[in-house]
Amino acid sequence: MKHNYWIYLLIMFGVTYLTRVAPLVIFRKKIQSRFIRSFLYYIPYAVLAAMTFPAVFFAAGSVPAAAAGVAAAVIAALMGGSLFTVAVTASAVVYVVSLLI
Amino acid sequence: MTAKEPSVFRQGFKDGLPIGIGYFSVAFSFGIAAVSSGISWWQAVLISFTNLTSSGQFAGIGLIASFASYIEMALTEFVINMRYTLMGISLSQKLSPAFKMPFKLTLGHCNTDEIFAVAMSRQGEVSPAYMGGLSILPYVGWTGGTLAGAVLGNILPFSLSQALGIMIYGMFMAIIIPAARRERPVLFVVLTSVIISCIIYFVPAFSFITSGFSIIICAVAASALAAWLHPVEGEVADET
Repeated sequence: MKHNYWIYLLIMFGVTYLTRVAPLVIFRKKIQSRFIRSFLYYIPYAVLAAMTFPAVFFAAGSVPAAAAGVAAAVIAALMGGSLFTVAVTASAVVYVVSLLI
Repeated sequence: MTAKEPSVFRQGFKDGLPIGIGYFSVAFSFGIAAVSSGISWWQAVLISFTNLTSSGQFAGIGLIASFASYIEMALTEFVINMRYTLMGISLSQKLSPAFKMPFKLTLGHCNTDEIFAVAMSRQGEVSPAYMGGLSILPYVGWTGGTLAGAVLGNILPFSLSQALGIMIYGMFMAIIIPAARRERPVLFVVLTSVIISCIIYFVPAFSFITSGFSIIICAVAASALAAWLHPVEGEVADET
């Protein structure tokens, strides 16, 4: 059976939409439990950390170039760089290093 | 409150700029990948316009190309995007009273990893004006980047497109590193999550765990452990 692009699109959109909007519609009251509030406070950092490592080392073609980019991003972030500054610094370092190696 | 809304909107719009630029480069690579997987440029753009998500879309075009079943598509998208449900519950606690149902049904769909992280790092509540302003440039960047990548494709030198691949991670690090430096428990969360993520990635016995599931496991385990060991003070999580 040949599959239809529009049905794929509808499924992708529908599932993504529900995972995002349902919790906003369902959870209307402030959650009282201190454990759950703490848990939710830590979630974004845990999600971003897990998405970044170790995937970032395989995102730039070569591991040494990516590692240099990570080092540059860490330094830029510690120095108080904005989202944009840190991202551009990492990218520029990866570009230069991958030209050198 | 209402008098301040235009400036809140502008602040959100400004905060969205780095995300929009980062998205443009990631979406550019999505556009290239989508067209080379066999779908047309407008189909790629339509996917980005309706989904606004990176990992789900990359997985999605792979499934379309391999003629996967609709069930498989639904399950894969669900697992990869389950993290949005966790983040949505988090965000729901921070929304201002002005965030009525129509805003939830529309702006709620803009709750991407990066928009979420920026919205959550904001002091106080998140109003529809802020969320709306914050979402504009990422949306434009994501959809426009897909169009550019799909149409212009391989004009970009290979080394440059590879360097752009790391931008999104640079943004992630710019969010977690300063917070980890400021707050010990956040450092604990980040390190725990990274260690679990690396174990799942590198230990062959766990190779059956998909990347979407891995994120969920890491996030739940690290956050639960930190919530148990370092419960946050009332006013930190509940800034009303």
